[in-house]
Amino acid sequence: MRPLALILLIASLFFTCSAIAAGIPPVEVPNTMAERVKACVICHGPEDKEGRDAYYPRIAGKPEGYLFNQLRNFRDGRRHYRPMALLLEGLPDQYLRDMAAYFASLRQAFPPPEPIGSSPAEIELARRLIMRGDPVRKIPACVECHGRDLMGTAPFIPGLLGLPRIYILAQFGNWRNGGLMRGQTPDCMSEIAKQLTADEATAVAKWLAAQPVSEALLKHEGPPSALPDKLARRCSSVLQSPGL
Amino acid sequence: MKRAIIVTVIAGLIGLAMFLIPVDPPPEAKEQSMTKTDNIVQRQARGAYLAQVGNCMGCHTMQGGQPYAGGHSLATSIGTFVTPNITPDQETGIGRWSEDDFWRALHDGKGRNGSPLYPAFPYTEYTKITREDSNAIFAYLQSLPPIQQRNPPNRINFPFNLRPLIYVWRAFYFEQGIYQPQAAKSDEWNRGAYLVQGLGHCNACHTARNPFGASQGNILGGGQLMGSNWYAPSLTSLQEASTADWPIEDIIELLTTGLSYRAVATGPMADVVSQSLQHLTSDDARAMAVYLKSLPETDPHSRGVAPPLTEEVDKLLQRGGELYETHCQDCHGNLGQGAPGAYPALTGNRGIMLASPINAIRSILNGGYAPVTIGNPRPYGMPPFAQVLHDEEIALVLSYIRNAWGNRGTLVSAVQVDRSRKGAQ
Repeated sequence: MRPLALILLIASLFFTCSAIAAGIPPVEVPNTMAERVKACVICHGPEDKEGRDAYYPRIAGKPEGYLFNQLRNFRDGRRHYRPMALLLEGLPDQYLRDMAAYFASLRQAFPPPEPIGSSPAEIELARRLIMRGDPVRKIPACVECHGRDLMGTAPFIPGLLGLPRIYILAQFGNWRNGGLMRGQTPDCMSEIAKQLTADEATAVAKWLAAQPVSEALLKHEGPPSALPDKLARRCSSVLQSPGL
Repeated sequence: MKRAIIVTVIAGLIGLAMFLIPVDPPPEAKEQSMTKTDNIVQRQARGAYLAQVGNCMGCHTMQGGQPYAGGHSLATSIGTFVTPNITPDQETGIGRWSEDDFWRALHDGKGRNGSPLYPAFPYTEYTKITREDSNAIFAYLQSLPPIQQRNPPNRINFPFNLRPLIYVWRAFYFEQGIYQPQAAKSDEWNRGAYLVQGLGHCNACHTARNPFGASQGNILGGGQLMGSNWYAPSLTSLQEASTADWPIEDIIELLTTGLSYRAVATGPMADVVSQSLQHLTSDDARAMAVYLKSLPETDPHSRGVAPPLTEEVDKLLQRGGELYETHCQDCHGNLGQGAPGAYPALTGNRGIMLASPINAIRSILNGGYAPVTIGNPRPYGMPPFAQVLHDEEIALVLSYIRNAWGNRGTLVSAVQVDRSRKGAQ
């Protein structure tokens, strides 16, 4: 066995050496961020994708601060999804920030609105919660944080349009069960999700997914918009991000 | 047992006495404070460097946590350890420790109260550190901002949670003593040996451990990391990660950047490179390389027989080859030649042909990035394929890679992939 192993080893060394000597050209690698995030886009494509184990939302064009926060939360285990934690293990904040900036800068067309039939009662319910909230149950209107046009508030709060219904519903469910974020207090979305009934969450998700959305609405640049004081306090955990 | 209690009580009393002694410096000391400050600053700077070489932070910082405040979990065969806070906080850190306490921990593996420490803290290696270096590291740690952070207790399984058992363990496996230079060797070699055997504690991963967690068998002969799906390859076998036949410059490059033409650091080693080895002075990096290159050759872990190329095997490998073309070739090349500095070559890659395929399986399943270093702040990465490929497909493509372009290795089975998927990470 040992002589054989030796022969094979020598053979393989010769092969390697000859491969080098024969001048097999190395693979050409573009010095770009697109090349560096190949590990991300295997799941996060131009469109939302339902995978075998999870749902992979499109991340192109989302606010930089939001993406950076999510990357850090995944890496540090505050937002719990093991494959992301393993992939990002050991990467410093600066590189995560570069990745966030890259994806935030991407311009990709949004999918067409989902043809979902909501009943008039559902539409009324969704519109009321999204535009006015429910002060009695301390549910703020979506537009207060996510922008009047629901396209997000730079740099930390994502837009709500252009997302599929099932993704929004899954996020509501995760917030309600505490499965999305761990140890992040105050966790405003978790509080809100717990207040919503299943019917309300469904109505909101359906309505949001049915809205047409265009690239032109995205706020890529411009100064960060301020939230009302009360909400800024309530959601302080998502608004913190050193260096941005 | 009784003796242990007596020793503990005495140590406790000594500790208490030391605590009660007033800490105001005597008047002479105040007069010398100018030169002393300079010395202290120098010592702290040296300690900062040494703490990096020893990668204290690697264990004593949790992911996303405050540096040196502990809280990092270490899964081992006897339970889970949670690393302590070593910032100078009075209540939760080592703010009340003296230089002597610190020395005793490093050199003798005992806590401030004199009780023996679990060897998850690698004092079996740190015992080789000189007193001067220990003092410097202590001075540096004491200069850090104190962070109040109380970490959860260790969760150690019965019967290993009985501390007196550590005395038994120590009697078998702990040899106390500072590194003794070998007169016949150069200063450079001795410096390398000191760093590899002591502060660098390479042994902690690269030597197999027995069921009691003691490093056993060939020194640096390779071993599976406790509680993880990583195999730390032998640094002494030419079929694994021995560097005996490498130019010194290549070894230095691998140590300090994690990337070299011949090998790439992945997983826990990538962390060691970015947290620790990239900061080595060029003299220290060279010394380590000189010592590693000189390690006497040993046999590899049993390699298993590569499959004879029957028609059936050929068919399997062909299917693997098709998967390779679809998923791997873009980056690793049609001949496994890779791209230096970005994507490792797979042809002739010893890491791919290791007897145990767990590292390669893991890399395919989970992906990951090369170490981030000052010279390579934005490394390229490997995508995770766990959600794209089935166990069977991963087994096929890896079997192909292990037997293509002159590579030879055992076939990988879907069962092995499944075990990695479900096993500890």
